[in-house]
Amino acid sequence: MRIFDPHIHMSSRTTDDYAAMHAAGVRALVEPAFWLGQPRTGVGSFTDYFDALVGWEPFRASQFGIAHHCTIALNPKEANDPRCTPVLDLLPRYLEKDGVVAVGEIGYDSMTAEEDTAFAAQLALAIDHDLPALVHTPHRDKAAGTERSIAVVRESGIAPERVVLDHLNELTVRMVKESGCWLGFSIYPDTKMDEDRMVAILREYGTERVLVNSAADWGKSDPLKTRKTGDAMLAAGFTEDDVDLVLWRNPVAFYGQSGRLDLESGTAAAEFAGNSILRGPRK
Amino acid sequence: MTAWLEEALAKVAADAAALRAVFPAVGRRCGRGPSAVPGWTVDDVARVRLLEAATGAAAEMPDLYRYGDAAEKRAVLRGLSFVDTGDAGRELVADALRTNDTRLVAAAMGEYAATHLDDAAYRHGVLKCVFMGIPLADVAGLDRRTDEELLRMLRSFAAERTAAGREVPADLVKLLNEQDG
Repeated sequence: MRIFDPHIHMSSRTTDDYAAMHAAGVRALVEPAFWLGQPRTGVGSFTDYFDALVGWEPFRASQFGIAHHCTIALNPKEANDPRCTPVLDLLPRYLEKDGVVAVGEIGYDSMTAEEDTAFAAQLALAIDHDLPALVHTPHRDKAAGTERSIAVVRESGIAPERVVLDHLNELTVRMVKESGCWLGFSIYPDTKMDEDRMVAILREYGTERVLVNSAADWGKSDPLKTRKTGDAMLAAGFTEDDVDLVLWRNPVAFYGQSGRLDLESGTAAAEFAGNSILRGPRK
Repeated sequence: MTAWLEEALAKVAADAAALRAVFPAVGRRCGRGPSAVPGWTVDDVARVRLLEAATGAAAEMPDLYRYGDAAEKRAVLRGLSFVDTGDAGRELVADALRTNDTRLVAAAMGEYAATHLDDAAYRHGVLKCVFMGIPLADVAGLDRRTDEELLRMLRSFAAERTAAGREVPADLVKLLNEQDG
């Protein structure tokens, strides 16, 4: 089973996770820029984080044979802190980087006016930089927040097939499917969505434009939830081709719209560096 | 050479500030695989050519490094040995030597470092390479900059590895044997 995790916060994970993910079939991933457990208080803390997403973290991933890409944005929660919003002016520089395959995570947390402004501004950046957009739907008041997110996406003028609305559940899947945007599902141990509910949704709504991710981060989460969903799909009678579509070809198609996805030389380059620098083949 | 690179070379030759726009795009335009230069990738070669082509590149290099991704930073470090930055490149080398990315550390220890680092910084750069498993063949200037203090540090590193029952890198054994022989 080859797996592309389209949403996972590897900066919060250990090298054991990278090894386990590779063993489970993960060969590529996207790490979206988001908030941390501890709120940031200034722009420098964002730029160091962004630098890690286009520097250190891809290096770490490459050591485990996994191609690392990222998305860059001011997240919705910190869009409410005036000490953080000036980072919006620095985003264009990062949105030109090779490993950046979308603008994200953008969207709503508490649906404030400040979040409206940052959301719209960053959808405009996605259009300017010819990148897709990753939209986080809020954990609280999710249905209303998702509906409002779809309206903002529509107003922005970005093509719906270049947008994914993430963290969907039974109550939000239909409206997003009808919007023409991609449907993202975060499979969590207890909360957002689990593998059996995911299988039921795939049965009802089909596999088209669906992205399944672990969204693993610093909270209780499981970086192998992509694999577990693939196994649950097979157990429920989906074919291996269905699983490959959902866990590999769909994320490749969505993020491939950036023109920057590099799945071959991403790991090949690492292998090359591994051989030339780390003395002989990786153990 | 790609048409894109030819055009980019012309742009940066006319105005070094154009480096800011073309530098991030080199990998996706020119490729990232191995090049004819040992240890260098195709994008390393292309980026260093861009630096060499740009009059006034030296003034751009600190910011290209500061705001570059890992591949851009690596190219700026390699470029230090080809573009005269005076002492300004020392801060970039020092920054790279603080990282844990073997590709940056190896690129930092090129000819520029061999010429510009003071003894203490050069010795620690070499020791860091050995410690991280970077081949000594990638380190510039060992023939003229190896001194007694560096040899002491390297012997001590080898003794630590031996005491721990761990392997001492073959190229280090060779270097120490040559010095002792």
